[in-house]
Amino acid sequence: MSTATLPTFDPLDPLALDAQLDEEERLIRSTVRQYVREKFLPVVAEHFEAGTLPESIGQDLGALGLLGMHLEGYGCAGASATAYGLTCLELEAGDSGLRSFCSVQGSLAMYAIWKWGSEEQKERWLPGMAEGKLIGCFGLTEPDAGSNPAAMRTRAKKTDAGWVLDGAKMWITNGSLADVAVVWARTEEGKVNGFLVEKGTPGFSAPNMHGKLSLRASVTSELVLDGVEVPEANRLPEATSLRAPLSCLNEARFGIVFGAAGAARACYEAALDYAKTRVQFDKPIAGYQLTQAKLADMAVKVGNSTMLALHLGRMKDAGTLTPQHVSYGKYHNVSTAIDVARTARTVLGANGVTLEYPVLRHANNLESVLTYEGTHEMHTLILGQAITGLPAFT
Amino acid sequence: MKICVLVKSVPEAGVTKRINPSTGRLERGGETRDNPFDTHAIEAAMQLKEGGELQVDEIVAVTMGPEAAAKALRKAVSLGADRSIHLSDEALAGSDVNGTGYALARVLATESPDLVLLGQQSDDGECYTIGAVVADHLQMPSLTQVIKIDVEGGALRCERQAEYGYDTVSIPLPAVISVGDAINEPRYPSLKAIMGAKKKPLETKSAADAGIEADRVGYDHARAHCAEFAEPPAKAAGQIIEDEDTSETVEKIVAWLDERKLLA
Ligand SMILES: Cc1cc2nc3c(=O)[nH]c(=O)nc-3n(C[C@H](O)[C@H](O)[C@H](O)COP(=O)(O)OP(=O)(O)OC[C@H]3O[C@@H](n4cnc5c(N)ncnc54)[C@H](O)[C@@H]3O)c2cc1C
Repeated sequence: MSTATLPTFDPLDPLALDAQLDEEERLIRSTVRQYVREKFLPVVAEHFEAGTLPESIGQDLGALGLLGMHLEGYGCAGASATAYGLTCLELEAGDSGLRSFCSVQGSLAMYAIWKWGSEEQKERWLPGMAEGKLIGCFGLTEPDAGSNPAAMRTRAKKTDAGWVLDGAKMWITNGSLADVAVVWARTEEGKVNGFLVEKGTPGFSAPNMHGKLSLRASVTSELVLDGVEVPEANRLPEATSLRAPLSCLNEARFGIVFGAAGAARACYEAALDYAKTRVQFDKPIAGYQLTQAKLADMAVKVGNSTMLALHLGRMKDAGTLTPQHVSYGKYHNVSTAIDVARTARTVLGANGVTLEYPVLRHANNLESVLTYEGTHEMHTLILGQAITGLPAFT
Repeated sequence: MKICVLVKSVPEAGVTKRINPSTGRLERGGETRDNPFDTHAIEAAMQLKEGGELQVDEIVAVTMGPEAAAKALRKAVSLGADRSIHLSDEALAGSDVNGTGYALARVLATESPDLVLLGQQSDDGECYTIGAVVADHLQMPSLTQVIKIDVEGGALRCERQAEYGYDTVSIPLPAVISVGDAINEPRYPSLKAIMGAKKKPLETKSAADAGIEADRVGYDHARAHCAEFAEPPAKAAGQIIEDEDTSETVEKIVAWLDERKLLA
């Protein structure tokens, strides 16, 4: 092959990963990218500042067909895992809050119903959720049970009429927006079961949590369950242990591996753009070695993270992806994205701390991403056990 | 009725356009996308179909270009076109507007459309002329730079962007209409439509299939060849007026405009 036919180095795709996508994947990717650029980025700063999410998000993502896109049937598109990942990447290049909305709806709430629900539950909820007309949330974390969900205190008591739920969930994304909350509770027999709690059920409320300095363009709520009566028909019949909620988290985490690469890319792009135009001491700061070291470091990190995500996507589609692989991906990509965001921040100088540029917004968001869906430490321990065979969780 | 929509694959917006100095033709490697103006033409076709005032049975996307140009067709069918035709032939490479319009018209003639829609310009060539050339070959009336289409009986009542304001023109069918980007806000293709696009028929035609006479197309038969190219001259630095006192700033701007006789 002569060098004349080699494609030129693309600073925005330093590993030429685009060539690894098929045409359909590229079209999905560019559609989501276009949506984010045209509809979401113009308003993200004001929403981040106000601590809100654009109201149209559910309908928008529903019309695009992205909610529960990787599920089969019930109005879902049945796309590949890689296509779902690429979607998460583009959404999170917009904002982690936007991707979180999609993850919680599709991979936590919808997936829980799809995987562990009854036929009636699937038919009742999934088509409307795929369209974004019905919103779901996923309540596992509690004030005293975070990394260790087995310590949950929310109780489900069997009655003649069905079940009574008592307890509280915390840090629940989309909580107050949700038409249906997937709530995990322990039965008197000691098993973890999932319940579909509908908005407006007596005794159930979802007050919003305030004062977050991260993931501000995302609604986070408590779920308060005070003698909430739900019929047996609202219990997810196939879920009988913690394995059920953990299976959902594994789906969502997979999307985060891609999403974090997207946030990193957005920061790197902003820094590159800025460095080429910002002139100090009579030349663009991109011309200084220290800036180039930062740009090279970011380019390599973005390339490696994207390659890793894509690799895991191909493995998931081939049916060879294990939870440990997903931990590997989240471990690497989220912490790397934070590094990139912080480096990008320095390139932008004072402008880097404003909402006019995306870098500090992403850096702040990524702190939540580092913690939710299994903290960085938990994934370290999962890898540690996979490597050594010795569990070090307790 | 049948609507044919012409679409074209153009270089991605961020890609620097390069003209090959030896051939005088635009380099067509690199990342491509569908021409944004064509997306508006497809949307216009979809709105006519969904509006229900015309009985639109079929929307057919048509492109001419190398193998990679089929990408624009895939986008077109994911946006709602029912099927697509790809005119692709080495012999067509390097055709000028005249040859391209002729070749496209030959393909369109085999479809006997009631309406041909296209973007008023392509993002790369920016000739604004294909619509008129196609219309001439098809012996159909043509409107360019249309920003509004209403159905009026069997005809279309269109608004055309003019230098000052717009013209309202009624046009009988069949017709060729090129649209501007103010005409509508194109939808995004849905994931299901993207995934379904593969299943919609795509027909590839050679020049011979379309009955194109070889001596009317291609670089050698182009009637216009670009002779020379130059980078656009660098713009002189503008004058920046700091806004310290707003009424003073306004005065300065008005004076600047007045000096250049830009105020009516
Ligand atoms: C913005 C946001 C949105 C969220 N959305 C949801 C949601 O929709 N649904 C939901 O159920 N939850 C959600 N969460 C909760 C999230 O999943 C938890 O915060 C997470 O699981 C960690 O729990 P914790 O905050 O209680 O921290 P803890 O578990 O108390 O951990 C505190 C620190 O101790 C470390 N640690 C804990 N145990 C060990 C150990 N054995 N060894 C070493 N280190 C350890 C942790 O890694 C961490 O660094 C969300 C959180 C945030 C911030």
